[in-house]
Amino acid sequence: MIRNIAISSTFHLLIILVGTMSLPFLLKKPIDLPPIISIELIQITDKTNIPFAPKAKKIIEKVKKKEKLVSEQAPPKIVKKEKPEAVPLPDEKIEKVEKLEDKKQNPEKIDNEVKQVSEFEKEELFDPDSIAALIDKSKEEFAETNKKINKITQDQDRSIDMTGLSLSEEDALKAQIFGCWSIPLGLPYNENLLVRIKLQLKPDGSVISSEILDHARMNKPGQGFYKVLAESALRAIKLCQPLRVPTTGYERWKDLQLNFDAREMLEG
Amino acid sequence: MLFRYLFILIILLPIKSFALIEVDITRGNLSPLPIAVSPLSVDEKSKENFKKILKSEDIGLDISIVVENNLKQSGLFNPLNKNAFLQKPDIAHLKPRFEDWALIKAQALITGKVTFVDEKLRVEFRLWDVLAAKEMMAIAFTTVPTNWRRVGHIITDKVYERLTGEKGYFDTRIIYVAEEGKKTNRIKKLAIMDQDGFNTKYLTLGNELVLTPRFNPTNQMVTYLSYFRNLPRVYLLDIETGIQEVVGDFPGMTFAPRFSPDGKKIIMSFAMDGNSEIYTMDLESRVVEKITNHPSIDTSPSYSPNGKYICFNSDRSGYQQIYVMKNNGRNVKRISFGKGIYGTPVWSPRGDLIAFTKMHKGKFYIGVMRIDGSGERLLTENYYQEAPSWSPNGRVLIFYRETKTDEKGEGFSAKLWSIDLTGYNERMVETETDASDPSWSSLLSN
Repeated sequence: MIRNIAISSTFHLLIILVGTMSLPFLLKKPIDLPPIISIELIQITDKTNIPFAPKAKKIIEKVKKKEKLVSEQAPPKIVKKEKPEAVPLPDEKIEKVEKLEDKKQNPEKIDNEVKQVSEFEKEELFDPDSIAALIDKSKEEFAETNKKINKITQDQDRSIDMTGLSLSEEDALKAQIFGCWSIPLGLPYNENLLVRIKLQLKPDGSVISSEILDHARMNKPGQGFYKVLAESALRAIKLCQPLRVPTTGYERWKDLQLNFDAREMLEG
Repeated sequence: MLFRYLFILIILLPIKSFALIEVDITRGNLSPLPIAVSPLSVDEKSKENFKKILKSEDIGLDISIVVENNLKQSGLFNPLNKNAFLQKPDIAHLKPRFEDWALIKAQALITGKVTFVDEKLRVEFRLWDVLAAKEMMAIAFTTVPTNWRRVGHIITDKVYERLTGEKGYFDTRIIYVAEEGKKTNRIKKLAIMDQDGFNTKYLTLGNELVLTPRFNPTNQMVTYLSYFRNLPRVYLLDIETGIQEVVGDFPGMTFAPRFSPDGKKIIMSFAMDGNSEIYTMDLESRVVEKITNHPSIDTSPSYSPNGKYICFNSDRSGYQQIYVMKNNGRNVKRISFGKGIYGTPVWSPRGDLIAFTKMHKGKFYIGVMRIDGSGERLLTENYYQEAPSWSPNGRVLIFYRETKTDEKGEGFSAKLWSIDLTGYNERMVETETDASDPSWSSLLSN
């Protein structure tokens, strides 16, 4: 019995050995195919997103501080401090304007239309900053006097602030972002191309935080174009910083929603 | 009454105080995106190896130049001058100083590294969003060193897709008819090259006149018209093996061939006794099927990407116009109604447009229209130009243009040109000789 088992097992082993040794030689030679470019995807991990070195962090912070100083929309407080010394009282200024007009104006009779044009030309002669400060100041004074006269309470004042942007304020903001937004041209124009981004802003128009409202759509299959579009919108916001927001009424626009819609551009 | 007012006030007040201001941004600029393509960094040891094999001083710089040229040609990107770069390639690849790149107005940045590993070229590249200061993509390729130009094209395709949202068209080839000699005694050869004009190879010797070469979907086969022994017939050529064969056994002239989208059929025109009809031939069973049946000249057929429809041109209305029909020849519908003569219709790979050549008042136009014939747009106008062919992403058209080379109009030159759908980005495609009848391949790395 044991002998039979030993013979059978050696016989089986022999077959396995012969099979493994000789069968590969029976295979056909592989076809000589042209070289294939293998693509290996590297995961975007912590390895690639290394945190900034402490030195670089300091430099970035410095740059950010500098950027704040350079920003177009300086906080209104600074304007208040600087301007009153240089700018004369409103009454005096108005007199000066009138005087200049007298000097420049042709003594002969002029049509109304011509007059209007010349007035515009003359405005350029003045220092625009001083005029802006003048207008601001007069606005503030007007508002204060109005409050006094009309006896507007604090609540009523807040409700005025809560209304939307005026047409000119909205246009200024739109015009700025139009220039910064590079629309990706490969988007399918028959799809929904609306990206809604909620912003939290600082008084100078720089962005504290930005949030894509339809974020879930970014990772949906077949919506790869939406990610491209959303990223282009975020780039536009970053490029445009600080945003051209009104100098007053921070409370009403500190949270702002921008609706980026590329359909009109791509279809047209 | 008072209660009503109070109720309305209670409802309205909170809405007003929490209303979020919304601003609609419906316009943007279509100017090219500023992008920095940093030379790919190469370590000294790899540099030496590549110098021996490829005779290139800096393969990293060479690959970056391929990428840069591709991006520039697309018209959608503005690659920034390398002299303005503040960061060296080796450091930039690890972690770019985004402030340095933002300073030169770059919005996107490409960095990379090339190494010599096991006799192969390995390229790692990364795409960065400069303004968001984050990595957008990281991919590595390994290939034989001689394939380095293709690596450049594949990198461009990936970057293009990530930033525009549609597939690229850079890792592709163009087959065309290379022309030499006088107009009366012109030698015409089949030639194939990369889409940027490099790596030209000639597929025929020039003994016979060849015309209208077209790729099959896998880019392995080409169908074309050859005047072998002065008999104009449609031929099939295997690019890898070089084997040629006549398509079908027709008793007359066959011409204007094109593959079906699945590559199983060839559609072409067959002319006999002054009449020309459209036929298909199944490449496996060799069964021939007649598609049109009309006493007029029906030619230049082209399938829709789903294979269900065919566009072609016909003079059945008295003038040559574009028609669309089902793939079995039914429901023939005229779609071009503008002034002039329309020809060479080609269905876009996206399926939404048909490109064509239009002749009107002695001028030639390349244009596009929707598949129902609406929205006709003429992209370019010239003395003589025709035969548009789509890039695989359906954004760019390649065609050929003949120009007079002297004032008498005796000499002439034929060159390949490309134009994108906006009509603004028109460029000449460099070829070694004069060239005509171009046909764009599909993406090679698919």
